[in-house]
Formats: sequence, structure tokens, C-alpha cells
Amino acid sequence: MKREPRTDAGAGKPSGSGARRLSGGNGGSGRRRPSGRNGGSGRRRPSGGNGRNGGNGGSGGRRLSAVAADGALILYFVFALFPVAWMVILSLKPADELFSTYFSFTPTLDSYRTVLGAGDDQGVPFLRFFVNSLVVSVGAVALSLVIGLPAAYAAARWRFRGSENLMFTLLSFRFAPELTVIIPLFVLYQQLGLFDTYVGMVWVLQLVTLPLIVWIMRSYFSDLSPELEQAALLDGYTRKQAFFKVALPLVKPGIAAVSLLAFIFAWNNFVFPLILTSSNAQTVTVGALSFLGGDRPKYNLTAAAALVSVVPPLLLALTIQRYLVRGLSFGAVKS
Amino acid sequence: MPSAPPEPAAGPREEAAAARPVPAWRRSLRPYLLIVPALLLTGGILYPFGLGLYYTLFDFAASKPQPDLVGFENYRRIFTQSSFWDSARVTVLYAVGAAAVETVLGVSVALLLHRASAVGRVLEKILILPLMIAPVIAAIMWKLMLQPSVGVVNHLLEPIGLGGVQWTDTPTGALLSSIAVDVWVYTPFVAILALAGLRSLPASPFEAAAVDGAGWWFTFRRLTLPMLWPYVLVAVIFRFMDSLKVFDIIYALTEGGPGDSTVVLQIRAYLEAIRFQRYSFGISYMIVLWAVVYLVTMVLVRYLGRIQSRAAEVPK
Repeated sequence: MKREPRTDAGAGKPSGSGARRLSGGNGGSGRRRPSGRNGGSGRRRPSGGNGRNGGNGGSGGRRLSAVAADGALILYFVFALFPVAWMVILSLKPADELFSTYFSFTPTLDSYRTVLGAGDDQGVPFLRFFVNSLVVSVGAVALSLVIGLPAAYAAARWRFRGSENLMFTLLSFRFAPELTVIIPLFVLYQQLGLFDTYVGMVWVLQLVTLPLIVWIMRSYFSDLSPELEQAALLDGYTRKQAFFKVALPLVKPGIAAVSLLAFIFAWNNFVFPLILTSSNAQTVTVGALSFLGGDRPKYNLTAAAALVSVVPPLLLALTIQRYLVRGLSFGAVKS
Repeated sequence: MPSAPPEPAAGPREEAAAARPVPAWRRSLRPYLLIVPALLLTGGILYPFGLGLYYTLFDFAASKPQPDLVGFENYRRIFTQSSFWDSARVTVLYAVGAAAVETVLGVSVALLLHRASAVGRVLEKILILPLMIAPVIAAIMWKLMLQPSVGVVNHLLEPIGLGGVQWTDTPTGALLSSIAVDVWVYTPFVAILALAGLRSLPASPFEAAAVDGAGWWFTFRRLTLPMLWPYVLVAVIFRFMDSLKVFDIIYALTEGGPGDSTVVLQIRAYLEAIRFQRYSFGISYMIVLWAVVYLVTMVLVRYLGRIQSRAAEVPK
């Protein structure tokens, strides 16, 4: 414990070489198998070519089938993008033109003003729901990181009695229907005074964020060569220092990616805030529904609320797109 | 899950060679210490789960101030009520329908994107978009578009004589509409996994097939599909499991209606436990669904393991 690391150079060396090694690993999308991204991209062209003309198509047939394929793709993407585009149109419509015209109208930002104006319309404090979503999602991710990183590290570096079972138990929450725990939690929260509070929401959103963070960070840690930490230990680091000064900085890109992904999942959750909050800690996913209620449908407000509520996840998704595949599959493809 | 256990890497033995002697019992304890906070948090969730299980043995409800111990009466009632079997039927229809359409559509999109045309490369970047939108928000969006008289879908269908369809107001229409929303949200998930799989397939079998003059269909059926199947299966398992416990899409789109036609099991449990405040009965519903999902997962994961180990034997 008392022994100091020999030199600063010694501290810098392992992490420096490791950073290089890690970025190399990331290029192969972090997979250790030889047929990773790097190899795949080179092979992509030939196998794609096989798929295209089956080895016997002439160049004319190839061009035709290429056009057909692009056409089919565009058709799918119209299906995928149209709802979002339509919400934009709907949200820009003035209230009196909602039902009369479809594609021609005078755009107005009134809906956004009403939605974000802290709810002068029927008292839906949407801005507040937005802030609530931010607070509870960030809170859940932060807590999950503090608790999940050591667990992920332990699972990646040691094989101990029950380690696989513990990890599977953690993952099994991913498959449990949310209502199974939520109804008892509802009763518990009423008794403990956690109902409709930030603490209560952060606590329950762990169910979403913690398994995600542990599972993905575990595969990041096991992609990291243990020799780096051993070198640090030989240099006189304690195990703790090796973790904080060598291993942790090397998986920083992974931590960033998984945090954003976990944030998106927490933000998008619906059941927990629906049942465990009423007004103080309610989030946007539940709040967006409130514009649909009432006897007069307020389509433009609903559309604006829906769009506002998807801005944060979409922005984050665009920034971490490269890492999403790994995150979304929970490392399941990598096996 | 399918991911293989990590190698016992920098284990205690190597560490003993490190400078500082640490008692053996402390070394073997270390991973547990690191994992304890996560376990405590897990325990914090397992406790309500256990509490829920306990509740199901009572007739705990808002209308009964003094709950009695009723044993397995709640479960007996569930299995003897026709509403449970109706819900189970709807749930299975929904899950099978959604997972099947998403698989076929997702794999098709992946195959098309894999051809790497200029159009495909541009579109691939926005593939992720629907997946990032909360399912409940997606359902709200579709609800606006599917309104029978004022929705844009019927407006667009009018020219071909299909205007005025009561999308969410007929039993079949409501089920199909909610499956459509599920498909809209989750097809990219299947497509992304399938695409990742396609890109990691070895090239040589395809080259050999091309040399032998194999047709597109033959190549697809005999090479692409079998080699891709382990990847696709992961996506299918995830999608099937998730669809079995669908809640948000149906809650926002149809609220289980019209009538009981889209009351899937989670919606039924919600109605029983929260709206009618029959807590025990609602939880019992969830426990049954949880057990079913757990069993189905186990079977599918075992099948996946077999497929994957068979795929690993194929020389690459």
C-alpha cells in the first residue's frame, strides 16, 4: 500500500501503449474473432456481388436488379421516415387548418410555444416533464455506472463461484415483464414516500440501465489485455490504482457509448413513470400522452410534444451510431 | 446469454506474483466485493419481486381491507377464466406476428443494404432512427396517422378506394395496427443485427459458389441463410421475448380495445392491478407471464447455443 509507483513514465507507458491497442481493437468493432469488421469490409464487395447477380446475370440484368433493390430500399425507408416527417408537418399546422388541408398550410410554431410554454393549455407542464426526464435518466445512468463498472470489471477479470449465474440473473431482468415488480413497488413506494419522486424513479430505472451497463462494459473489459494491468502491478501499482489509472481510461470510449445508450433506454421507458409517478416526477413519455386526452383532439400539440420528446435520444443516437450495434445486441452477437 | 464466459484472465495467481503480498482470502474475496453493490441493487429489485410473489397468495385488493391467505386461488382463477386465455391468445398472435414480420422485413432490408449501393450507404445511416424513438411515442404518432376520418393514412389511401378504413376500431384492425407499430419500431433492430452478421460472413464460400455458377436463390438458401441464421436468431429471440410482454405500444394505440380485442397479458395485468385495484390478481397475471417468458427464453437460448456451436464447426 505504501509503495509508490516507480516513475511517472512507468505510469504513462502501459496506458499509452494500451490506448493504441484499444483503438486498434475498436476498429474491428471490438471483436476478437478474425472475421471482424476489418476483415469483413474487405470481403464485403465480393460477397455482395454474388448476392447481386448470382454469378450468371449479365450487366443489363444486374443494372435492373440494382434499380429494383434500391427501389425496395427506398420504399422501406419511406415507411420508416414518413411518420416522423408527418409529425413535423402536423406540429407546424395552425389549429384551424388541422383537418381541412393536408399538405398545404401556413406553418406556425404555435404548437411548440404552447407545448413548451409550461402548459398554459389545459395545464400540461410539458417542459417540467422534459426536465424530469433529464434528471431521472442522468441520475439512473450515473448510479448505474458507479455500481456497474466495478461489477463488470469483476466479471471480466475473475471467474469466481457463481459468476455466470450472477451475470445471468442480472441479464434476466432484461427479460422480466416490467409489471412484475412494478405493482409491489407501487405499494412499497406509497408506504416509503418514494411515489412520484426523483429518487424513486432513479431507483427503479436501474432495472433498465444497470444490466445494460454491466453486460456491455464486461465485454469491453474482457477485450482489454490483462497484461496491461499486470504491467502496472509490476510497476508497483495497487490493484485499485491499476483499475483507475490503467483499465478505466482505456475503456472510456465504451463508457461514453454505453452511458448514452443507457440514457436513451431510461429516457424512452414508459411503464415505470406511468405507474410510479403522478405529476412531480412524471416524464415526457407519459406527458406526451396527456395531449391526446380530453374531448377535443389536439393533434398539433400531440405531434409537437412527441417531436420534442424524441429530440434527446435522436441526437445521442447520431453521436454514438458506431457503437449502437454492439450496445443494442447486448454483446449477444459477440460470442 | 449466448456470450461466452471470459477467460480467467488476470486471476489471483498472476497477481500473487505482483509486488505486494495480499492474504489469499482477501484476494478471493475481491471480485465479490466489487460485485456486491450491483447485487445489493439487484436485491433491491428482487425484494419487491419476492414481495409480489408473496402477495399472490393473498386476495390483496383495494376493496378488501383485510386480505385473507388464499393460497394458489389467484392462479387457479387465472387459468379457469376465459379472459386469461383470450389475452394469452392475443399476446401470442401479437408476438408471433410482430417477430415474424420483423424478421423477414429486417433480413430483407439487411440484404439490400449489404449490396452497398450508393443509395444504400446513405440510407443505412438513418436506419437506426425509429429504434431511438420511445415505442409509446411511436404509437402516439401512428395513432394520429391512423385516425379513420382525419388521419393521413386514409387520406393517402383514398385515391385507390381504401379511404375510411377503421384501423384501430375493429378487433382485427387494432391487432394488425399495433403489430404494424411494433414492426415500424423494431425492424431496424433485426436489420442491424443481420447486417452485422452479413458483414462478418467469410467470403470464400460465396466465391466458390460464384465460380460454380450458382444462382442467386441457391446462394441465398444454401449459403447466406444458414450462415446468417445464428445472428438472425439472436434478433428473433430478443424480439419475441419483448413482444410477449408488450405494453406501451398497445396502451398508447388502443388501450386494449375495441372491446377486449388487444388486451395482451401485460395490459390485462395493468387493468386488474392498477385500474381495478385487484393487486394480487394482477400480480399473479404477471408472474404467469414471467414464468412463460423465462421458459421460452431458456428453450430458445438452448437452441441458439446448439446453432452457434454448429456454426462454429464450419471452417471459415
